[in-house]
Amino acid sequence: MSTRVAPAFAAGPTDAAGGLDPAARSGYADHPPRMGFFTDTSVCIGCKACEVACKEWNKVPEDGLELTGMSYDNTGSLSASTWRHVAFIEQIVRAGDSRWLMSSDVCKHCTEAACLDVCPTGALMRSEFGTVVIQDDVCNGCGYCVSACPFGVVGRRETDGGAHKCTLCYDRIGDGLTPACAKACPTESIQFGPLDELRERAQGRLRELHDAGTPQARLYGEDPADGVGGAGAFFLLLDEPEVYGLPPDPVVTTRDLPRMWRHVATAAAALAAAALLSGLGQRS
Amino acid sequence: MVPPAEFTSYYGRPVIKEVVWGVPDVPGYLFLGGLAGASSLLAASAELTGRHELARTAKTAAVGAISLSALALVQDLGRPARFINMLRVFKPTSPMSIGSWLLTAYGPAAGVAAASALTGRVPRIGRAATAAAAMVGPGVASYTAALLADTAVPAWHDAHRELPYLFVSSAATAAGGLGLALVRPEHAGPARNLAVAGASAELVARNLLIRRVRRAGTVEAYQSGRAGHLMAAAEVLGVSGLSIAATLGRNRVAAALAGTALVASSALTRFGVFYAGRISARDPKYTVVPQRDRLRRQDQAESPADAGLPAAGLVGQHGLLQCLG
Repeated sequence: MSTRVAPAFAAGPTDAAGGLDPAARSGYADHPPRMGFFTDTSVCIGCKACEVACKEWNKVPEDGLELTGMSYDNTGSLSASTWRHVAFIEQIVRAGDSRWLMSSDVCKHCTEAACLDVCPTGALMRSEFGTVVIQDDVCNGCGYCVSACPFGVVGRRETDGGAHKCTLCYDRIGDGLTPACAKACPTESIQFGPLDELRERAQGRLRELHDAGTPQARLYGEDPADGVGGAGAFFLLLDEPEVYGLPPDPVVTTRDLPRMWRHVATAAAALAAAALLSGLGQRS
Repeated sequence: MVPPAEFTSYYGRPVIKEVVWGVPDVPGYLFLGGLAGASSLLAASAELTGRHELARTAKTAAVGAISLSALALVQDLGRPARFINMLRVFKPTSPMSIGSWLLTAYGPAAGVAAASALTGRVPRIGRAATAAAAMVGPGVASYTAALLADTAVPAWHDAHRELPYLFVSSAATAAGGLGLALVRPEHAGPARNLAVAGASAELVARNLLIRRVRRAGTVEAYQSGRAGHLMAAAEVLGVSGLSIAATLGRNRVAAALAGTALVASSALTRFGVFYAGRISARDPKYTVVPQRDRLRRQDQAESPADAGLPAAGLVGQHGLLQCLG
């Protein structure tokens, strides 16, 4: 039985950066530090070792081997069977001058996770590391998490009917290991660690890039004040988020749920009143 | 506000995932759940005022509609054998969880009410079940609005204030319409009243919803493609059914015609809203453009000096990346 009665934005324990502490709010009294990913796309070389390592470790099935015609990206997007996705963007900055952006996308492990909020079976849960994990043996494939995710991360797998996504290698980090993608990354574009350390490191890297003459560099998902309460997996990008297929200003849908329930209650009361009043008047 | 025609995306691919809920299962359920919930209310109202023929018909409609709903919902699961996992938890943060519990309470009540009305047995238990179904019915008819709105699907979420009113009006239209079509006019008074009230309210709610999504930047999803056709057809049928019911509703043939039109209108509304959501999930512009506009407004509010800047420099900067959709 879920003990959460208020939606995700309710007040609760906070972390060092002033953001909500999701593990404590989910009832872990004594828990390890919140773990996450910092994906620094400025050093991504597009090798896709992360995609392969993830598939291997998590035994994620093949999901289509077609050419998309989109640069070197034949993966397409995150899905039930793709938990790391490397985007390739070829840009013409000005005539004769082009650049490549490469970025390894992953589940954001949101502080305020819509997928977790809307899951009707409790299959989606918060781990002691503050990550969001789907328990495959509980999921009944209703697909609500798929439509709730503002990043298009969660998918339903055709072959088994269940929803699947990145677990932040729950089985590895519990044993003190680094998640498969970060372990395999040859340039440390994918960095794994306690979230507050990663946030500090990312600020340093951002300053470095700005000082080096790359004003386009920006962090995405690191701010606890953003629409999902800050992501557990955040990014350093070199262009607007939508260039990489990321939403520019995602807001967790359940923030509006109290208002939705109020309108639902008012509408239900109006229906009841109308139906009961319909019986009034003389019988013709 | 007209959204900018150009925006940036990753090769025009959607930002959010496509809705995996199937057609006709889920939009069909939105319609049938509404029909059932409002029919139970109509049955109680009819019974209280001594219209037993109408009460019996409405109870039968309710149990039929909710049985079909249950089948459709289980069939739509990726793992139908595990439908019972819906009852592992009670989660107010999940409209689907609340809905599962509502249906669990409602289904048996509607079943007993109908069985008692049709067989004439256990009348006291039948009356209690009728009352119980009428109490849970409004929840069954309305929670589906939160079910759709509590997603990242732009056309649904943007309409989260208006959808509950549209859905209960549509439910009243369907239940009233069905009573009007099936019951002799001299016994169908409450059905006629409910149908007229529902169809009128639906017109207002639909207009408010369209005004809202126009401001939010997702109106095109409701007005284009299949959603646009369905919403337009729903309006035509609704207005026709409403006019006939309000004027010639005491004529048997006219009542049957009006009732059928109103039931169809209600179903088309649900399918229209469902398709609008699908359309808005498939095209990245419905996600990117409104979010960009929101950021721009925030920027302008924080630094009024920049207020005159055009729609961010990124549009038009990278010719290769522009999505033409």
